Amino acid sequence: MEDIIIIGGGAVGAFVARNLSRYELNVLVLEKENDVGDATSMANSAIVHSGYDPVPGTKKARFNVEGNKMFPKLCEELDVEFEQCGSLTLAIEDKQLQMLKDLEARGKENGVPVQLLSGDEVKALEPNVTPEVKGGLLCPTAGIVNPFTLVAHAFENAIDNGVKLHLSEEVLGIEKKGDHFVVKTNKGLYEAKLVINCAGVASEEIAKMVDDIPWTVHPRKGEYYVLDHFAPGFVNHVLFPLPSEKGKGILVTHTTSGNYLVGPSSEWVEDKDDHSTDKETLNNVRAQATMMVPNIPFREQIRTFAGLRATPSTHDFIIEESEHTPGFINCAGIESPGLVSSPAIGRYVVEELVRAKLPLKEKKDFNPRVKKYVSVAKLPEEEKERLIKENPHYGEMICNCEKVSLGEIEDVLSRSLPALTIKAVKKRTRAGFGKCQGGFCQPKVLFLLAKHLGVSPLDVLYDRNGSQILDKESK
Amino acid sequence: MMENRELVIIGGGSAGMAAAVSAYDQGIRDILILERGPFLGGILNQCIHNGFGLTYFKEELTGPEFLTRFVKQVQERGIAYELNANVTAISKDKQVSYVSQKGAHVIQARAIVMAAGCYERNAGAIGIPGERPAGVITAGQAQLYLNEYGYLVGKKVFILGSGDIGLIMARRMTLEGAKVLGVAEIMPYSNGLNRNIQQCLIDFGIPLYLSHTVSKVIGKGKLEAIEISEVDDKLNVIPGTAERFEVDTLMLSIGLIPNNDLLDKIGVPMSSTRGSKVNEHMETEVEGIFSCGNVLHVHDLVDYVVEEGKVAGLGAAKYLKGELKRHEKLLHTKAGDGIGYVVPAAIDLLNAEDKVQLKFRVRKPRKDVYVEYRLGDKLLKRMLKPAIIPSEMEIISLDKSLLEGEGELTVSLVDKEAK
Amino acid sequence: MATDMTCIICPRGCHLHIDDDLNVTGNSCPRGAAYARQEVTDPRRTLTTTVRCHSELLEVCPVKTIAPIPKGKVFDAMKEVNEVVLVPPVHIGDVVKANIAGAGIDLVATRDIEK
Repeated sequence: MEDIIIIGGGAVGAFVARNLSRYELNVLVLEKENDVGDATSMANSAIVHSGYDPVPGTKKARFNVEGNKMFPKLCEELDVEFEQCGSLTLAIEDKQLQMLKDLEARGKENGVPVQLLSGDEVKALEPNVTPEVKGGLLCPTAGIVNPFTLVAHAFENAIDNGVKLHLSEEVLGIEKKGDHFVVKTNKGLYEAKLVINCAGVASEEIAKMVDDIPWTVHPRKGEYYVLDHFAPGFVNHVLFPLPSEKGKGILVTHTTSGNYLVGPSSEWVEDKDDHSTDKETLNNVRAQATMMVPNIPFREQIRTFAGLRATPSTHDFIIEESEHTPGFINCAGIESPGLVSSPAIGRYVVEELVRAKLPLKEKKDFNPRVKKYVSVAKLPEEEKERLIKENPHYGEMICNCEKVSLGEIEDVLSRSLPALTIKAVKKRTRAGFGKCQGGFCQPKVLFLLAKHLGVSPLDVLYDRNGSQILDKESK
Repeated sequence: MMENRELVIIGGGSAGMAAAVSAYDQGIRDILILERGPFLGGILNQCIHNGFGLTYFKEELTGPEFLTRFVKQVQERGIAYELNANVTAISKDKQVSYVSQKGAHVIQARAIVMAAGCYERNAGAIGIPGERPAGVITAGQAQLYLNEYGYLVGKKVFILGSGDIGLIMARRMTLEGAKVLGVAEIMPYSNGLNRNIQQCLIDFGIPLYLSHTVSKVIGKGKLEAIEISEVDDKLNVIPGTAERFEVDTLMLSIGLIPNNDLLDKIGVPMSSTRGSKVNEHMETEVEGIFSCGNVLHVHDLVDYVVEEGKVAGLGAAKYLKGELKRHEKLLHTKAGDGIGYVVPAAIDLLNAEDKVQLKFRVRKPRKDVYVEYRLGDKLLKRMLKPAIIPSEMEIISLDKSLLEGEGELTVSLVDKEAK
Repeated sequence: MATDMTCIICPRGCHLHIDDDLNVTGNSCPRGAAYARQEVTDPRRTLTTTVRCHSELLEVCPVKTIAPIPKGKVFDAMKEVNEVVLVPPVHIGDVVKANIAGAGIDLVATRDIEK
């Protein structure tokens, strides 16, 4: 019998798990994909929002603001790239200036540091924004984060502290039996005292396995462009247009890896597994982005992608114990600002909701840190030399575009969090994320994975089951 | 500890080896080639088909045979090279930082030849509509899996883009037992060599769909199908023309892009080819840094890559011997009507050899046109071309004596009828 | 029968026309004329492929037919090619399989593989 089963290995599941790992509990995480953070947590804007924008008094406002404050220490403990670069919300027309003032007031109400800037002040900070800009709202506490390692390292830390993770395991049914739950998956049956639903776009379906629920979660797709790291400082803040009913609008930002991200669109879709992009939508993204930043060099485009937001019918995060089924906790409808909120949601769920149900006894040996990761290319020459002398594999570059060494990939493969697929290696190390998109390094990663996992190269997966790269030997 | 070298060559493919050999033959001895892969020869290692060397060696060779001849030339001369050596940065004052399993190294070079080749334009760069499943792969990557590792990437293949690598892979996959259902080319003409259309597609009954592109990629984990659609003259998909093909592989052969990160990072001025701007000796605008081969502009034939590498090697040798002085006055070249680009960007007539070579590509196929070379308004030369196509790089040698005068050196196309 | 074809002898890819009396036009060199006559009487292709070869860095060794073989025998040749397993050292020009597909032409290695 587990104390707690967490359904879903995204950002919310990661921080619920990590917070639970502080205590003497048996915790099992079930994730249907072959890697953690493989859905919404992987395909989003990777923004650590300041929290000026959610309606005051909502859970979104609370957890965003709380989460934002947690990031500096959290990313230090988990060795995750994080940059508190600030955000700028831009007014392009005079009539938008009043809206900026309203946002400023809302930001203050939410307890977020905000500062109104004139058009000239904006231009001084961001030379590439449109000369038409009339004003901006600066939020210095906003930032950007590496969403892939954020989730992965949180899980790694949770596992290091005793949490169990089962990948490739899909929940098919949940039954309440007396004082506990029986969770049925494609691989077996598990019992637990509490179940925490962190299933992202599927959180509605999971909740319905135990309850009649008055809310729904609808997938809302966002399409993006990724540009190469062509010129540091092309934009320095996260640039937002004024928000509308459809969300925060199309932003332009740099990423922690020095790339630039343009998007997202906002489209309601039916299929909770629709990650397709289309030209018309992307053209529209482009047109809107260039209204803020006219000279975005789209020839530097290296990828397009789409992510799904888990949009709740309630317009606010649903984070509560089920009314009818005690012991079943929903973390549902975690759309934007979900990533920044996830550490605060994790803390709240454990410290408020779980604590009310189970005795929480602190582990003596809880370690909040993951073992440091190295990036050879970022080290000073003497340290590079020392590291390579210690382990020559750090001198063998596997990914040329992003400069990822064999040693770095082997480090990831040796960690407690499994990296079973090419995509998992890519998300942890950035091998294959560059402009050639794995053209040169993918074979090396594939054969390395085959060796490490003890499988035939024919069985190595790109991502999901069935996503083998190789079909057969030629001879 | 900083090591010193006269000449460091970045990239041990055909351009880099040719540059090394040529510099050596001009008397430079202290040369180091840094190659990131496990072999000299670069991309030719996976180009096992034939058709190489007809211009340079006057015989038809496969890629590995061609590269082996150059490896021998490098080895006979005792030119130093290091394999699995990855250059992480260079500086304007010609320090080269690289890592290998032996350690992290910084070399102070007196001259650098950049010969790092190119990479393939991929699905991400063109944002193919639809999902992003496994099974969408560049032709060169499929070629690497097949020709060096011995694995086929699929059984039922469709190819987007009629570049030569795609055509060669259509034949290769067919020979190995895969079924290639067709090739879609967005332009109204093929981007591959005629001979490859014949011997790689027509020979095997593989249809070529001109003015078509992939309008949808279907499949969640693994590719299940694609849709191709006809495009209009603005290259936009024409609604209602979609045709579906059930395939497990979509192979992309949609162009090559010079791999210029290292030069880009130190602000070496670039041209429209995404390679650096060079002069007649393939010297970039940073003194003593040269560039040649596919990192400068994408070539169709390795024979021409080698020729260009030799020019860069000669240039580096002259620079090291103090024979390439910088002069204020440069003759700038210009891509005129119908011309995509011209290499070199500028010619220093005081340094130039007796013959000056220009390389260029046309923007689209033309028939019965004159190629005109003008210095300012003055017509230097006019040549009738019955047919000229973008997939073939054009080369012309002009006598230096012709180039004295004022104005830019412009290459342009003029219709025969217009004359 | 008079026919048009694309020459595959060199990258120029000339458009050739050959008439019933085997007169060739459109060629830029004598090799093009020879190709056209060969192509209408006995079309041949050089086969380039790989054979299995377990070595330190490569799993396969590239090979070619030393001369063009009849076009109709290419797939038969592939069947034979796929049976060959080489052991290093291998050198350029080493005969990997003599008289491939009974065409009277040898299959040779096109790469040196020392170990």
